[in-house]
Amino acid sequence: MNGFTPLSLWIIIIGLALGSFGLRFAFIGFMGGRAMPAWLMRHLRYTAVAIIPALVAPLVIWPAPTGGETSLPHLAVAALTFAVGYLTRNVLWALLAGAGGFLALFFLAG
Amino acid sequence: MAITTTKSAFWKGLRDSVPFLLVSGPFGLLFGVLAAEAGLNVLEAWTFSMAVFAGSAQFTALQLLQENTPLLIVLVSALAVNLRVAMYSASLTPYLGDAPLWQRACAAYLTVDQSYALSIVKFEDEPQMTTPQRMAYFFGTNGVVAPGWMIATVTGALVGAQIPDSWGLDFVLPLAFLAMTGPMLRTPAHMVACFVAIATALPATLLPYNLGLIVAGVAGMMAGAQAELWFERASARRNASQETRQ
Repeated sequence: MNGFTPLSLWIIIIGLALGSFGLRFAFIGFMGGRAMPAWLMRHLRYTAVAIIPALVAPLVIWPAPTGGETSLPHLAVAALTFAVGYLTRNVLWALLAGAGGFLALFFLAG
Repeated sequence: MAITTTKSAFWKGLRDSVPFLLVSGPFGLLFGVLAAEAGLNVLEAWTFSMAVFAGSAQFTALQLLQENTPLLIVLVSALAVNLRVAMYSASLTPYLGDAPLWQRACAAYLTVDQSYALSIVKFEDEPQMTTPQRMAYFFGTNGVVAPGWMIATVTGALVGAQIPDSWGLDFVLPLAFLAMTGPMLRTPAHMVACFVAIATALPATLLPYNLGLIVAGVAGMMAGAQAELWFERASARRNASQETRQ
């Protein structure tokens, strides 16, 4: 294990299972047909587009395969993947572009 | 073609969801591979996918666990990534809220990006559907995708253990997330949220315990919500000034 014990893994699995189900059940299970406060919905709309880029940005700027050193090829592949996703509005094309770019990095690194 | 019976609603949902296998398949495979690389065995990886059933939260938790993050922060961060399903749940409630509790509990477990995206469009297009038909359609959208996700995870976990570190697979996770992010940026407010989150995330890496992710995520959400209000007011002002001119 890379720095975590089986116990912490199982705590995370069980905690996430309960938490994720709770998030999904919260409204459909308890709220019935009542409307949600507008400010809450307005913030929830931006969770994915805020948190996912926040997670990714450091991993792109300081990529793990180079030991955390900023690398132009990695930045370029990341930018390509993002641009294809943005322009085509299609996750599949973006994944393909990312896979192609990753292979290029792989062969570049030899 | 309008849906006429509960059974046909299920099959319609199933057929509509088949293309999504092309997305959930590779993501499941990738989760399995990364889980194996992180030292999880096949049973652990499969249980993870089965119990949590939320790709982006699983990836986040796996990443943070390997960075020796305190467990509470791993949990909060991964659940924050998954907050959007709370929004899905809220927006499905008017359509499915009348169903029996056990069905709503099953539907809650199966609320993921693709089942939500397909169902909400269907329910809006065909308001004459009954609640049992809607429920059947919703379950149908997961009929192949959910099993596909589990099978892909197990396959990935079986293969992953044999992949050497030198392949640099660590970088596949950011790429996969970037591929998901591009299509999500539908409005200027989405872009503001994304930009503020990134701009905060980089300096926030200096914060201890990977707290930076939560701080940057919250900053991005607040920026997105404020930007939405601002853009709405700006367009209302434009419309009002156009009307006075006419």
